[in-house]
Amino acid sequence: MKIIVVGCGKVGLTLVKQLSAEKHDITVIDLRSDAIAEATNSYDCMGVVGNGASYSVQKEAGVDDANLLIAVTGSDELNLLCCLIAKKAGNTATIARVRNPVYSKEISYIKEELGLSMVINPEYASAIEIARILRFPSADKIETFANGRVEILNFVITEKSPLKGMTLIDVAKKYKCEVLICAVERGDEAFIPNGPFILRENDRVSFVASPRHAKEFFEKIGVDTHQVKNTMIVGGGRIAYYLATQLRGQGISVKIIDSDRARCEELSELLPKVCIINGDATNKDVLMEEGIESCESFIALTGIDEANIFLSMYAKNVSKAKKIITKINRISFDDMMSLFQAGSIIAPKNITSDYILQQVRLMQNTIGSNVETLYKLVDGKVEALEFSIKEKSEVVGIPLKELKLKRNLLIACINRGGLVITPNGQSSIQLGDTVIVVTTQKGLGDIRDILE
Amino acid sequence: MNYSFVFYILGWVLTLEAGFMMLPCITSLIYREKAGLWFLLVAVVTAAGGLLLIRKKPKNPQFFTKEGFAVVGLSWIVMSLVGALPFTLSKEIPNYVDAIFETASGFTTTGASILTDVEALSHCTLLWRSFTHWIGGMGVFIFLLAVLPMAGGYNMNLMRAESPGPSVGKLVPKVKESAKILYIIYFAMTVTEMILLLIARMPVFDAICIAFGTAGTGGFGIRGDSCASYNAASQWIITVFMALFGINFNFYYFMLRKKFKDAFSIEEVRWYVALILLCTAFITFNTWGFYPTAEESLRTAAFQVSSIVTTTGFATTDFNLWPSFSKTILIILMLTGACAGSTGGGLKISRFIIWWKSIKNQLEAFVHPRSVNAVEMDGKTIDKDTVRSVSVYMVVFLLVYVISVFLLSLDQFDLVTNFTAVLATINNIGPGLGEVGPCGNFAGFSYASKVVLIFDMLAGRLELYPILLLLAPGVWKKH
Repeated sequence: MKIIVVGCGKVGLTLVKQLSAEKHDITVIDLRSDAIAEATNSYDCMGVVGNGASYSVQKEAGVDDANLLIAVTGSDELNLLCCLIAKKAGNTATIARVRNPVYSKEISYIKEELGLSMVINPEYASAIEIARILRFPSADKIETFANGRVEILNFVITEKSPLKGMTLIDVAKKYKCEVLICAVERGDEAFIPNGPFILRENDRVSFVASPRHAKEFFEKIGVDTHQVKNTMIVGGGRIAYYLATQLRGQGISVKIIDSDRARCEELSELLPKVCIINGDATNKDVLMEEGIESCESFIALTGIDEANIFLSMYAKNVSKAKKIITKINRISFDDMMSLFQAGSIIAPKNITSDYILQQVRLMQNTIGSNVETLYKLVDGKVEALEFSIKEKSEVVGIPLKELKLKRNLLIACINRGGLVITPNGQSSIQLGDTVIVVTTQKGLGDIRDILE
Repeated sequence: MNYSFVFYILGWVLTLEAGFMMLPCITSLIYREKAGLWFLLVAVVTAAGGLLLIRKKPKNPQFFTKEGFAVVGLSWIVMSLVGALPFTLSKEIPNYVDAIFETASGFTTTGASILTDVEALSHCTLLWRSFTHWIGGMGVFIFLLAVLPMAGGYNMNLMRAESPGPSVGKLVPKVKESAKILYIIYFAMTVTEMILLLIARMPVFDAICIAFGTAGTGGFGIRGDSCASYNAASQWIITVFMALFGINFNFYYFMLRKKFKDAFSIEEVRWYVALILLCTAFITFNTWGFYPTAEESLRTAAFQVSSIVTTTGFATTDFNLWPSFSKTILIILMLTGACAGSTGGGLKISRFIIWWKSIKNQLEAFVHPRSVNAVEMDGKTIDKDTVRSVSVYMVVFLLVYVISVFLLSLDQFDLVTNFTAVLATINNIGPGLGEVGPCGNFAGFSYASKVVLIFDMLAGRLELYPILLLLAPGVWKKH
């Protein structure tokens, strides 16, 4: 696809990196020529220096025959204006980043009226992500399919886990749960496991299940599934605001610590039911006084990455917190992240670009295919695709064991009118189903592609 | 320095060169010449070596500007060394240093020759000489990028190292697509010229070789008198095409996309055309009476101007005999060279535009000490870094130039010869004035001087840095 990215900041560069790796034709627009130079020197893309909301600049970037414009500059208004002009000039699909809470409240109206394909609020998206993680403290990352009826969860097999050393057949026999282990990451490699596959310590396991069954499975394997009751958030930025709203809705009590008096007052007005503490969280005594030792979850959301890392490490040491989440904004050592021992890491720029990438992939996939949702798991080595079965084909109505499926491909879930089926050899795909396929094979465009 | 990756890319270059050598092999089949066997032998050995190097893709993908520049510099040297082998093996150019000079002169599209009698060479050798122009004109790496499935950010580093001009841009977002478009335009224009020359009744072999020489703005003739013995129509065609190949290829891309307004508003192209017209007019008047007809005066002047400004180096007359006003104009044109982003060499018109505007700004700063001004071209501000690097380029150029002239002066030639010999090689023109004029050649220089000139040709074609960087010890350190 021909894609124009306006704004070459953290998110812009992450997007360019990912999109160019997926072989799209990318043009970046930014006012700063050094930012453009950095992008064009490092990635296979073209750069235009100028104001992205200017028609002539957009024209120079080729908006006439572009398929998509993504506006991720620092300013909401500029992003919206970029999209508006691109829509009028080239009739392209548009994605805007809008982060101001004032607009966020009216986002569906804006999206509708301006004809945007997608609006992303990085802070809100990050907050949702954190809230999801807190809901299942043992899982690292959760993706949803079929309007939330099916989830793909992700957890690491620890030393104490009963799953250690078991084959998948044993797991199925012993726990009798409606869950399906669909991908295992071991070191740098990704596997689509079969029955005799043996799980080892430190394997990162992804499984498909409905939320209810996922909870059941976690309970059976002795992982605590209780939602945390309280949380301590350090740093009262926008993520903290969205997150607190979200968590209050889930019935979790929230405490926010921020060192800025004015911001605290503002937050206390916005979030009447949340405990707002004005204090410097990098001071040990403040944390102790506010009971870091007894909090069930700890979230470091200050604007300084180093401080967040330090706070989380401290929390890991002194508290009983089941879940510790660290926000990292700038640091780009992706491979070091997996070595970080103190809980989960949230990187708003990655979340933003992931959301946008998903939309891009979907747009690309929907050109001549029927993929409903597409997720990349395990660093993009594994894809999970959701197909809806609208017409009769070779795969419909035949028991799965009789289908000659491709290698490294798994039918993970069949959703039949709201009923979630974990398929076995006797199951078959029917018209009207939506089917989730997990595979390391790239570029599946149709349900028929699952056959050899 | 990521050696495994550098050697991997070098392997591709060698394989590609072996592939290119098939063309003289085919020629030798047509003309039943034995020299073709040597080309075949060298091609087979080179291909074997190349394939050995590309057998396995290196694991370490780290490839930065440093590697890009080094591998381009290195590849051009290796290409010249390999391309010279058939000349020596077939004993047509018995001395290997001479053969390297001839090959380097070919690949760098210089067109300077050490041969005293060109017409004695076999057809396949002549074709290989001219074909090296065609390859070197647009560039080996641009070709590699167009045909190879090379993904990743590093390909831009290769393109930047090989393409001439103060700042290298792409035509379309993808390097691969840009490279393809460039080669398609290049190929189409070359074929057009061949057809036109055939219509003008030039022999087929001559038309092919001359078209290769024009396209790459090289300048190897296949006759002793370069282009003087071709008919008037052919000379006009060559004149026009030399000028066309000296134009920034962005111009043709705009034309293809039907953006005529954008195409004609490229500042560099306007200056370039104006320069050619103006100099042709001056020389026509200055040499009035040298030639029997007015048409011939104009044709000769236009041909020489077009040939020198694009750094091609074909000649239809011995301009050594011209009045010194005309000769001086030619020397100035030797300095300016053609447009950036063309196949021509030289310092490039766009650099002169930037220098000119910087000078204006500098003077302005004396008049209004507090004035703030930027250098702009094509309606866009040139960023400070580019302006600075363009200025530094001039200094580096002068440095290499002065050192080369100094080294050449050991050879007992007169100042004009030495001065223009270096200019003709470093700016990839071919003929200079004096002993190295259009009727002379470079055979008289000592081997040490020839090595200096080979260095100048390669450094000039790659715009100095890739070759100079090879001399910097820091580049060769392992990561």
